[in-house]
Amino acid sequence: MAKYVLKVNGAAREVSVDADTPLLYVLRNDLELNGPKFGCGLAQCGACTVLLDGKAVRSCVTPVSAASGAIETIEGLGSVDKLHPLQKAFIEEQACQCGYCGNGMVMSAKALLASNPRPTNEEIRKALNGHLCRCASHNRIVRAVQRAAKEMS
Amino acid sequence: MSSRREFLKTTGALVILFSFDKSVAQSPARLPGSLNSNRMLNGWLRIDPDGTVTLFSGKIELGQGIGTALAQIAADELDVDLKRISLVQGDTVLTPNEGQTAGSQSVQNSGTAVRYACAEARAMLLSAAAAKLGTTDLKVVDGTINGTLTYWTLAGELDLKKEATGSVKPKPPSEHKWVGKNVPRRDIPKKFTGGAAYVQDIRLPGMVFGRVVRPPSPGATLVSINEKQVRQLPGVIALVRDGNFLAVAAEREEQAIKARAALAKGAVWKESATLPPEGKALYEQLMASGTPAQVMLDKSGAAAAPAKTLDARYTRPFQAHGSIGPSCAVAVWENEKKLRVWTHSQGVYPLRGDLANVFGLEPAAVHCTHAEGSGCYGHNGADDVALDAALLARATRGRPVKLQWMREDEFMWEPYGSAMVMKLGGALDAQGNIVSWSHELWSHPHSRRPGQSKGSHTLAARHLEKPVGADPVGDVPLPAGGADRNAIPGAYDIPNVKVSKHFIVESPLRTSALRTLGGYANVFALESFMDEMAAAAGADPVEFRLRHIKDPRARAVVEATASRAGWKPGAGNWGFAYARYKNVGCYCAVAAELEVDRASGRVVVKRAVSSVDVGQAVNPDGIVNQIEGGIIQSTSWTLKEAVSFDRTRVKTRSWADYPILRFEEVPQVEVVVLNQPDQPFLGVGEGSQGPAAAAIANGIARLTGKRMRDLPFTPARVKAALA
Repeated sequence: MAKYVLKVNGAAREVSVDADTPLLYVLRNDLELNGPKFGCGLAQCGACTVLLDGKAVRSCVTPVSAASGAIETIEGLGSVDKLHPLQKAFIEEQACQCGYCGNGMVMSAKALLASNPRPTNEEIRKALNGHLCRCASHNRIVRAVQRAAKEMS
Repeated sequence: MSSRREFLKTTGALVILFSFDKSVAQSPARLPGSLNSNRMLNGWLRIDPDGTVTLFSGKIELGQGIGTALAQIAADELDVDLKRISLVQGDTVLTPNEGQTAGSQSVQNSGTAVRYACAEARAMLLSAAAAKLGTTDLKVVDGTINGTLTYWTLAGELDLKKEATGSVKPKPPSEHKWVGKNVPRRDIPKKFTGGAAYVQDIRLPGMVFGRVVRPPSPGATLVSINEKQVRQLPGVIALVRDGNFLAVAAEREEQAIKARAALAKGAVWKESATLPPEGKALYEQLMASGTPAQVMLDKSGAAAAPAKTLDARYTRPFQAHGSIGPSCAVAVWENEKKLRVWTHSQGVYPLRGDLANVFGLEPAAVHCTHAEGSGCYGHNGADDVALDAALLARATRGRPVKLQWMREDEFMWEPYGSAMVMKLGGALDAQGNIVSWSHELWSHPHSRRPGQSKGSHTLAARHLEKPVGADPVGDVPLPAGGADRNAIPGAYDIPNVKVSKHFIVESPLRTSALRTLGGYANVFALESFMDEMAAAAGADPVEFRLRHIKDPRARAVVEATASRAGWKPGAGNWGFAYARYKNVGCYCAVAAELEVDRASGRVVVKRAVSSVDVGQAVNPDGIVNQIEGGIIQSTSWTLKEAVSFDRTRVKTRSWADYPILRFEEVPQVEVVVLNQPDQPFLGVGEGSQGPAAAAIANGIARLTGKRMRDLPFTPARVKAALA
């Protein structure tokens, strides 16, 4: 095991883990962050998505040793009492059923809006095409991203 | 509630009750909804001096919004603000036993019980207030009576520890403040802010992480393992080998995953070819099973002479639930004979019974608490993983175990929706009216759930050194039906109808309840064949349906859907279908607008329009969410999905092997809710699945002239059909 100082949601967090430990387990188990989810462990579904230096990455296949940049999880966006516009929009659009995929949707949407503040419907679908949703809330999710974009611009 | 009583009288469950219970004449009066089997008022609600109301429901939150809907119903009956109401759902110590949260029955059963229990509690509070205030002229605003007394001060005197009478009439819909409104779901905010929302988020002191190593194939038996090597891996604290069951626990999750990989690599299995063939041969084998047909309906009536006859065969492959998050449970042995489990099972009581049977305990020695999991579309791996965690936790010396399946465990071992064959036949008279109809189907079981009198239907139970068996598997009785769900063309007025099923219990691949059970495939076949009959009659599919439908509520959803879709007779790129789920649930019609790329065979559903009648609508947006989600999920099943296998192993391991519909392929969906405030609740959760499939098949036929009868309609199949 080795020591790593991770920059998570603006705070420095020290963990002692093996270099090849997927970032997902460090976030979930060492730092007790519930946002990123285990879905496949294969970078196929997107449930584990976090931002690394603003870029959406799959934390299930990102070794902790490669996570030296600024990490942002959905907890870093806001809280129930102080919602980020994206979180607010997803809630207002009731954009889920089970919600298990929702973390990844929000985080990839954040990365999208940073580079494209007013995306079209098609651009949102394209940006989220690598994320799977099984309850089929896709249209609500697209509307939530549109709503957030409007509020943030 | 006479209509509900009539409905219950027609179910097999009650028939059995009557046939075994000779004292039925003295049995207590039937109470509304789940109150009937959980008769104490304090089992349903508690009113506290701190100004809060707590509801207890055996129905669990699956992201379908049941918790919010129940709170809406209670707030209206009690005359309190929604904010005062909290819920306890699915706990074998705290809540009523309402069996499984399944079959689109939660609002119908639990909602009805909550409504009557709250109405009665309110009447008791008002009676106490009348005595104190000396008047019966009482008005309640948010729990405050006539501006003076409150529920909260009366709470101490309120004795809800008594049997419900079911005699207090609930409010008329005109007095509802919350029911019928789009109240935001209470489970959602925590899901988008990293709150502890799922069983995966449970963390207990001293908790360790577990993983299972499943056999490589359904027929495999374990020969040897590299136990010593695995036990020496970093963090490993326990390894359980019991027959063909293998599991490992470690201090850290990634250590458990590494140990799992090492254990899997070193394990030697003896495999055998137990699986059926794939493709067409699978269906031939199903039909050659030799299981005799059971006639479910044989109705004959006066009719004109047949002028034209038709028949067609439809198939559906094994399909997967494919929840995004693999199944997970937390288990701890509080002592040698006391087990505590957190589970996303659809039924905490049935699971408790199965676990008690496996471990030889009394049910009371097992405490199951529900926590949400990833999307639930029926009987998935939730119950299985609970047993896995409990088996592994026996080796962790009192430390809790959180065990989550890996993606391949989920795809290879979840119970699938059964492969099915449906043979349809029919005849038209000279005027193009249907004079006869037949529907013969072949299917494996659609329900092998926990809730066994002796054994267990959980996966690991049959992998143990001393396997634990289960009760014989039967089909869900009509009218709801299981394999034959929606095989009876209930909406259509046809003089001669014969429906029969071949219920093939032995299934080399495990099958159980996947959203709608047999309803998806039967409605696909029935409603596809309805279009084939319409074409043979030279009729427009919508007009042809309406010609044979009398029920005004069925007609209304058909007409509303056609109107919203801008339906026009003749050639077009829209397909249409209708079904009343289970023939007793919600009424739903779907129209789907398609594009077919002839070169590639790719089918795109661009837009879907649906109308639904669920009786009284408690939360319209929740209903829209269910119908819309059902249409999109069904589009995915219909265009893409089939579990794949060779004669020995399941080959579906990851999302690469089992593609589902993605954002760029998802249709726009419009849903019209035809609210019926004066009608009883009808379940909605599974209503659009069948009609969506048939609407797509019918749209392809209308657009290309080619009839697709074998699910799924992959580009290769469509291309071949168009060639």
